[in-house]
Amino acid sequence: MTDHKDTPELISGPDSLRVFEGLNRGMSRRNALQMLGLAGVAAAGAGSLFGSAGKLFAEEATAGGKGKPGGKIRVAGMSSSTADTLDPAKGALSTDYARHYMFYNGLTRFDKHLVPQLELAERIDNVDATLWTITLRKDVTFHNGKGLSAADVVFSLSRHKDPLTGSKVMPLMEQFAEIKATGPNEVQIRLSAPNAELPSILAVSHLLIVPEGTTDFNKGIGTGPFTVGEFKPGVRSVAVRNKNYWKPGLPYLDEIEFIAIADEPSRVNALLSGDVHMINEVNPRSTTRIAASPKHRVVDAPSGNYTDLIIRQDQLPGKSPEFTQAMKLLLDREQVKSAVFRGFAVVGNDHPIAPGSRYFNTDLPQTVYDPEKAKFLLKKAGMESITMPVMASPAATGSVDIAVLLQQSAKQAGLKLDVNRLPSDGYWSNHWMKHPLSFGNINPRPNADVMFSQFFQSKAPWNESGWQNDQFDQLLMLARGETDDAKRAKMYADMQTLVHDHCGIGVPVFISNIDGVDQRIKGYDSNPLGGFMGYMFAEQVWLDA
Amino acid sequence: MNSHTLWLICRRFGAGVVTLLIVSMVVFAITAVLPGDAAQQSLGQFATPEQVAALRLKLGLDQPGVLRYLHWLMNLLTGDMGQSVSNAMPVGELMAGRVPNTLMLAGATALVSVPLALILGIGSAMGRGGRIDSCLSFITLAMVAVPEFLVATLAVLIFAVNLGWLSALSYATDITSPLQFLRTYALPVMTLCCVIVAQMARMTRAAVIDQLDSPYVEMARLKGVSPIRIVLRHALPNAIGPIANAIALSLSYLLGGVVIVETIFNYPGIASLMVDAVTNRDMALVQACTMLFCAAYLALVLLADLCAILSNPRLRNQ
Repeated sequence: MTDHKDTPELISGPDSLRVFEGLNRGMSRRNALQMLGLAGVAAAGAGSLFGSAGKLFAEEATAGGKGKPGGKIRVAGMSSSTADTLDPAKGALSTDYARHYMFYNGLTRFDKHLVPQLELAERIDNVDATLWTITLRKDVTFHNGKGLSAADVVFSLSRHKDPLTGSKVMPLMEQFAEIKATGPNEVQIRLSAPNAELPSILAVSHLLIVPEGTTDFNKGIGTGPFTVGEFKPGVRSVAVRNKNYWKPGLPYLDEIEFIAIADEPSRVNALLSGDVHMINEVNPRSTTRIAASPKHRVVDAPSGNYTDLIIRQDQLPGKSPEFTQAMKLLLDREQVKSAVFRGFAVVGNDHPIAPGSRYFNTDLPQTVYDPEKAKFLLKKAGMESITMPVMASPAATGSVDIAVLLQQSAKQAGLKLDVNRLPSDGYWSNHWMKHPLSFGNINPRPNADVMFSQFFQSKAPWNESGWQNDQFDQLLMLARGETDDAKRAKMYADMQTLVHDHCGIGVPVFISNIDGVDQRIKGYDSNPLGGFMGYMFAEQVWLDA
Repeated sequence: MNSHTLWLICRRFGAGVVTLLIVSMVVFAITAVLPGDAAQQSLGQFATPEQVAALRLKLGLDQPGVLRYLHWLMNLLTGDMGQSVSNAMPVGELMAGRVPNTLMLAGATALVSVPLALILGIGSAMGRGGRIDSCLSFITLAMVAVPEFLVATLAVLIFAVNLGWLSALSYATDITSPLQFLRTYALPVMTLCCVIVAQMARMTRAAVIDQLDSPYVEMARLKGVSPIRIVLRHALPNAIGPIANAIALSLSYLLGGVVIVETIFNYPGIASLMVDAVTNRDMALVQACTMLFCAAYLALVLLADLCAILSNPRLRNQ
């Protein structure tokens, strides 16, 4: 991708999509190249970080395809308030992230498989996954004309460590022991402990790059595909095409007006009446309305978001491995998928890595609904006729419905569950992880390391089920320092097996993000990170009106 | 207008200032009791204690509530409404962006709803007990009973999604032609009319009927004055007091209570600004919005009273 400038027309948007589909179906990379009939692609993809497949994916992000330039679109997100911000560090909601990706670039960027690809970084080298050297692209300028330099990167990353910045990722940044410029275009990062996942940490929206010394973020000065035309917190933002964007041919659109409609039916109505071109967070119940319209389509984006049954391992009855196992067997995953989420979900296997994402363990046997075996296990544990309360709340998406289904299937195994439906307000602080049986909801995380560290490490504050597993903790540390991708994949696979077998977490399904999109919008894809193509639609879509 | 009326206005004005002061104290106290403060709200779920402490210090939240209140009050007296803590913009600027929108929507709604309500109310009073009256009563009562979010959503479904005549969203900006204005404002104005017309019409009907039962109207009727003339020339001027009060109450609702309509039509008005402010524990903004609502309410009630006085020769010439 380093020399994409010489080959800007190599792969068009539709072409690369075709190749992706091929790759996903199992086509070899060689076939993929033949399909394109291009020998130069391999060279063009030489800057990629991970694996051979990643090299091709890199093209998706940078190649200015044959999209149609021009046009204005209006997009409606789900939430907006006067707390809307253009400061990447403070981004809190999908609306913020989508705006940040319009105006800023990161050092790296997630592709649709959540593999980090080079963006403002030209190359990233490391010594023992601890000392990282990042070389920046030289042809990049900010919206105010200033060239991108190492000082900007040092500023953008260092500011997260100041409590006054109010950064949402401050805990994540504590491992950055030292960030310094070692040349006009070179930044050196020393981590306090090895972490081979640094490139994917650099891709999170909070770490997008701003010019050195920025104090007023409302102007949105970045290197991104759009400049700020107007920004009124809680009302709207207007993004205007950046004519000097460093990726040739991108972006396609002239203008994006971004608003938010908090009320879901109103959001769908606005799409169907043609007032907006794109919406996110569509309720599965509304999908039939959108699908019935010839002018619109539903985009089903499988994601890493899951609602899980938490069986506390440090108190009865979860202390009994048989009981924990039985509860996992009582989750009727197919029914949860079809009845609660109307098919807009992917069956989960009691660990937090979603099928199709990086490091997903394909060899792990799927837990299936088996009330007979559950009954046997409960009997073995001497708990065949106990009554247990289970806490659910609308705060954890779909958990009340899942709990009711669980109650029905538990009856068949002789277990009596009382579903306690709790209000959203205060659920996370007062009930989540605090009962023998409760439900939680975890949003997608940028990589497996962050996910496991935050929610499964024995000493993690959000170790939901309170399980303790030394082997898991050791693997987690080892994987962080492992720079060989294949070996790391093996470690993550083992960790998934451990969580699947021993942890007190039942993950029935991964909930898909549902977007509603006008048929005239082309180049629209999905990303496991979230709706709106992982909030990164702005650069890639075009209007075919 | 005479000295009595002037005195009344002055007294009302003084009472208004005191009311505003008390309201600001109460609102400040209530917001302070809400769980979480601006620092916690702005940092979110993953905040570290040191971040919260640093931000509290920066925002001055470490000072006692009474001090913060006095500080705010002193600034207000010098015309400085303070800064929003959630996005560091001056409160005045945030309000200035929203107030015209709210006034526009309230004005358009008032222009449609007040004449409509008067006609409906007077009409049903004149045909009291008759078919028109029971029909109008039924309709107005039904309109009061149906919640506005239902009216709004149904209206959008029919007129914007199915028929495609009107816009499902309402922007205060981007309006260049009268037709565009109509397309944008038709649905929210219609929804709001459904809510307030019914109330005003019922009050008008009651007030006019009250007058129609009085001896002087009977006298007029015996003299052979036409029913329309009886109502417009004799009964209505005497019913203006209660009608004006009903209208004032409905209009004050338009200024601050239309948050549901603002949400459904994504209309950037002052009510949703206030909701944001409370969610973010944005004290200065909450106070500014409250002061505005309260002042508008007091002003409208004062206007209604003035109408009542000026329309009543006995009071007018006292």
